[in-house]
Amino acid sequence: MSTQAELDKVISSEYEAGFTTLVESDTLPPGLNEDVIRVISAKKGEPEWLLEWRLDAYRNWLEMAEPNWAHVTYPPVDLNAISYYSAPKSMEDRPQSLDEVDPELLDTYKKLGIPLHEQEMLAGVAVDAVFDSVSVGTTFKAKLAEAGVIFCSISEAVHEHPELVKKYLGSVVPKGDNFFAGLNSAVFTDGSFVYIPKGVRCPMELSTYFRINEANTGQFERTLIVADEGSYVSYLEGCTAPQRDENQLHAAVVELVALPGAEIKYSTVQNWYPGDKDGKGGIYNFVTKRGVAHDNAKISWTQVETGSAITWKYPSVVLRGDNSVGEFYSVALTRHAQQADTGTKMIHLGKNTRSTIVSKGISAGKSSNAYRGLVRMGPRAENARNFTQCDSLLLGDTCGAHTFPYIESKHPSATIEHEATTSKVSDDQLFLCRQRGIDPEKAISMIVNGFCKEVFKELPMEFAVEAGKLLEVSLEGAVG
Amino acid sequence: MLEIRDLHAAVAGEPILKGLNLTVNAGEVHAIMGPNGSGKSTLANVLAGKDNYEITGGDALFEGKSLADLEPEERAQLGLFLAFQYPVEIPGVSNMEFLKAALEATRKAQGKEEWDSVTLLRKARETCKQVDLDPQFLKRGVNEGFSGGEKKRNEIMQMLLMEPKLALLDETDSGLDIDALQTVARGVNSLRSPERGIVLVTHYQRLLDYIVPDFVHVLSNGQIIKSGGKELAHELEEHGYGWLTGDRNDGKDQSA
Repeated sequence: MSTQAELDKVISSEYEAGFTTLVESDTLPPGLNEDVIRVISAKKGEPEWLLEWRLDAYRNWLEMAEPNWAHVTYPPVDLNAISYYSAPKSMEDRPQSLDEVDPELLDTYKKLGIPLHEQEMLAGVAVDAVFDSVSVGTTFKAKLAEAGVIFCSISEAVHEHPELVKKYLGSVVPKGDNFFAGLNSAVFTDGSFVYIPKGVRCPMELSTYFRINEANTGQFERTLIVADEGSYVSYLEGCTAPQRDENQLHAAVVELVALPGAEIKYSTVQNWYPGDKDGKGGIYNFVTKRGVAHDNAKISWTQVETGSAITWKYPSVVLRGDNSVGEFYSVALTRHAQQADTGTKMIHLGKNTRSTIVSKGISAGKSSNAYRGLVRMGPRAENARNFTQCDSLLLGDTCGAHTFPYIESKHPSATIEHEATTSKVSDDQLFLCRQRGIDPEKAISMIVNGFCKEVFKELPMEFAVEAGKLLEVSLEGAVG
Repeated sequence: MLEIRDLHAAVAGEPILKGLNLTVNAGEVHAIMGPNGSGKSTLANVLAGKDNYEITGGDALFEGKSLADLEPEERAQLGLFLAFQYPVEIPGVSNMEFLKAALEATRKAQGKEEWDSVTLLRKARETCKQVDLDPQFLKRGVNEGFSGGEKKRNEIMQMLLMEPKLALLDETDSGLDIDALQTVARGVNSLRSPERGIVLVTHYQRLLDYIVPDFVHVLSNGQIIKSGGKELAHELEEHGYGWLTGDRNDGKDQSA
């Protein structure tokens, strides 16, 4: 680690001369200005229109203020202390296949429990792994290509499928949408791109593992998924970050486009480093995720969130088309000093649109866990329906659970149902388990898993198992 | 097997058991009877180790070990089982999952052979039939939406599968109709064996028509005030608890 720090220092000092020359280093020195954006764009060999798009986003962003309405508190993030581009050293020349990938890099993935090679074979999952900012290995491309499915890094898509990227990038989350999305639009380095052609059912689950590796590097991925008419895709996103004392910023943008009759299922298991028990370190996860569902289309978000020091995240669906469907299933677990303000927005524009929200919040330690949700029925949203269920489970009495539901209805025929409960793991439940020989940690984990079952059943099988295990690990020591 | 000597216990600081003595040997069935508030359920919960049920004096030895030194799960792992008076619901945790966790923990601790999932499922289904529970109940959340009778039968089902050394049944008969009572009694009787001790805590003599005890004890004000054979239960039925406690109002008509 210390050699890495040395290295960073050397790299930084080289940069004191300015940004006019492209240097060989892999990490830009901290700080953000138009030159940094030009360097990022140039490093990636981007076309002029994208550079202009970034610069436009940047200029717009300079006028914006960081949002402060969320139920979280943290010292201001010094955005000039962050490096906006970082690529693993050995990645200068992109490997053409997994065999060419640095074995050490692959070993890191193994430690995270995602051996690419095994995953290829066992799970039939195509993985587009993002290590810091550069996509290092994309699998199953051939099989996907056969079905006409495009699954690649967004940088690659910019070169290979510029017409699609140009058409849909920023179409769901505009570059001026919010402070963090604006920042992302200016400096995003990589992410995934998916296109499913008309009428095609994607032959496998698509999966991306994100990982923040280098210290003091913000990660700004940009993911764009376009499901053409009548197509179907299930996309899995897993996140892990190593332990660091500094706080790291993660401001991603995910855009989903479900054209008429298409269905997108997007599942996330997020266990970014949450900081230690006193709240030192951990990821600031400020993410904008949104999908647009056209006529008869369906978008389903499922998330299991156990990580990050601070989570600010509202995967949303704009139900633009008639008969479109939006779903949000969420488990958010906070412990120690974690703070989460998460939920969803269901914006009903079309007729007969339907949305379902099931949110399960679990708080332990000194953490704070808030659900924030908006259900809006537009003036055209005839017979639109929403059902919301918000359950909070408290472990111990030093944590907090909050619910902030916002409901706006501009159509008299719209139906909105909201149910909310708050409960504690009861002593009687715990005693029943212990009386049957089950130790308290296992018992708590079992009870919490049971509480989350409605959400877990929405996850693809292998993810559901992982999510269960993740909760178990996260709950270790939660019994006191 | 179970040796209770001059046991004093308090619930949330209030003394309930005041010098209780009881010995249960392997192969014996004991019935503990007594009016409401006499400490019957407290005894069961103290033995199982419920929070806030504190031993303040004397001792309770199970298999030679002092229960006061053991966590509830350690007592269970030694083979002590409590069938609850009011089994609690655990939403979303299937009965099967629960049984698997319980059996893994206890069988391992007792050095018994571990059951694989197929064996466990087969045995669980058989046991369900034995207590007239539809095996579909194995898939449902623990006691989730079960009727009172189903909850009690579920307890007996767990008990039969776990094959405890010492089974404590806390008012298992309360709220059961006659058919369910017979089913539960059949289950308990099938568990009778020379290696096992059973303690029935009950308010009514009714259960003892179906599970005939070797010994009957009457608990009053935290102490056993009379012990005898099965005929003692009949005398109680005839005369009411007031016959022993000296309180005429505390008779047999008192509702449970």
